[in-house]
Amino acid sequence: MTGYSDIALWVIITALGVGTFFLRYSFLGLVGRKPLPERALRYLRYTPVAVLPGLVAPLVIWPEATEGALDPARILAAAVTVALGVWTKNTLISILGGFGMLYAGIFLLL
Amino acid sequence: MPITYKMTLPKQVRTMKTRSPITSAYLRGFVQGLPFTLVIFPFGLLFGVAATEAGLDILPVMGFSIFVIAGASQFTALHLMVEQAPVILILLTSLAVNLRMAMYSASLAPHLGKATRWQQALIAYFMVDQTYAMAINEYEARPKMTMSEKLAFYAGTSTVIPPFWYGSTLLGTQIGQTIPPEFALDFAIPITFLAMIAPALRTLAHVAAAAVSIIVALVFAFLPAGLGLLVAAGCAMVTGAQVELWQTRRKAAK
Repeated sequence: MTGYSDIALWVIITALGVGTFFLRYSFLGLVGRKPLPERALRYLRYTPVAVLPGLVAPLVIWPEATEGALDPARILAAAVTVALGVWTKNTLISILGGFGMLYAGIFLLL
Repeated sequence: MPITYKMTLPKQVRTMKTRSPITSAYLRGFVQGLPFTLVIFPFGLLFGVAATEAGLDILPVMGFSIFVIAGASQFTALHLMVEQAPVILILLTSLAVNLRMAMYSASLAPHLGKATRWQQALIAYFMVDQTYAMAINEYEARPKMTMSEKLAFYAGTSTVIPPFWYGSTLLGTQIGQTIPPEFALDFAIPITFLAMIAPALRTLAHVAAAAVSIIVALVFAFLPAGLGLLVAAGCAMVTGAQVELWQTRRKAAK
């Protein structure tokens, strides 16, 4: 990986591993069996849906592979992935459908 | 008396009776985990491929999958590394993706909180979306399970899911370089993330949080790598929580 020394790389891996372990261990082992306050749960519930769409959005609108130019195949693939996921509630079907649309767009249609 | 009764039972029922409840709990976990390998396998494969394409050697790639075992945060870290984000931002954002694990931990605590420290550490290490979801469904469906049965069930799910994650990552590192650029693997990350998020868009609050996350991330895309995303995630979490609160109050007022 360009730009990160071996040390920086392993700091990232180790810190992420240790941090994630303690998130998983937190309420099970450290806090005991006291239930989490509803206020905290309310924020935690939305973390995946708050982080991942924001991460993906720029990648869909400005793909690295096209050096930032809008790409119909990628936008269609993203739309199909979301539509299938909302409709079927099945991650695997959604991934397969998204790749299907991406390749259809790249190799056949556009 | 119980022995003669047992002898008269059909063969299938007899084997079920003779198998200890702990063994059958373990086997239930194992069998219920099998279908999930279909999701784990391609996802792990993609991580191996994407990380190798990004220039990581096999050791760090496997280090991610073995020490972190959390796909979404691994992809987040990888993506931010490709963008050359500062280490602290990589850690903050990737850990934010894993905050849901604290919620899983809280929800498993009433069931497994009495396990020994050592058992709890193992439970924590193997806690991923799939093992958590299976365990909590099982515990709620069978409230009479003993602690040992609950642990055995969890051990069953953990025998299937994590090894598939390590193995598929390893396979991904091996086939990574052989995949030509036309196959647009750069888009594997967006597709897998969208496929993970879309099924979660089940309430107005979730949709609102996702929408705010997208808009704020695009507006702040000019900020140094990773920073815009952190701002977007914060705004989106508040949005989700507030919309939920507003809806609950409105329902209560009716």
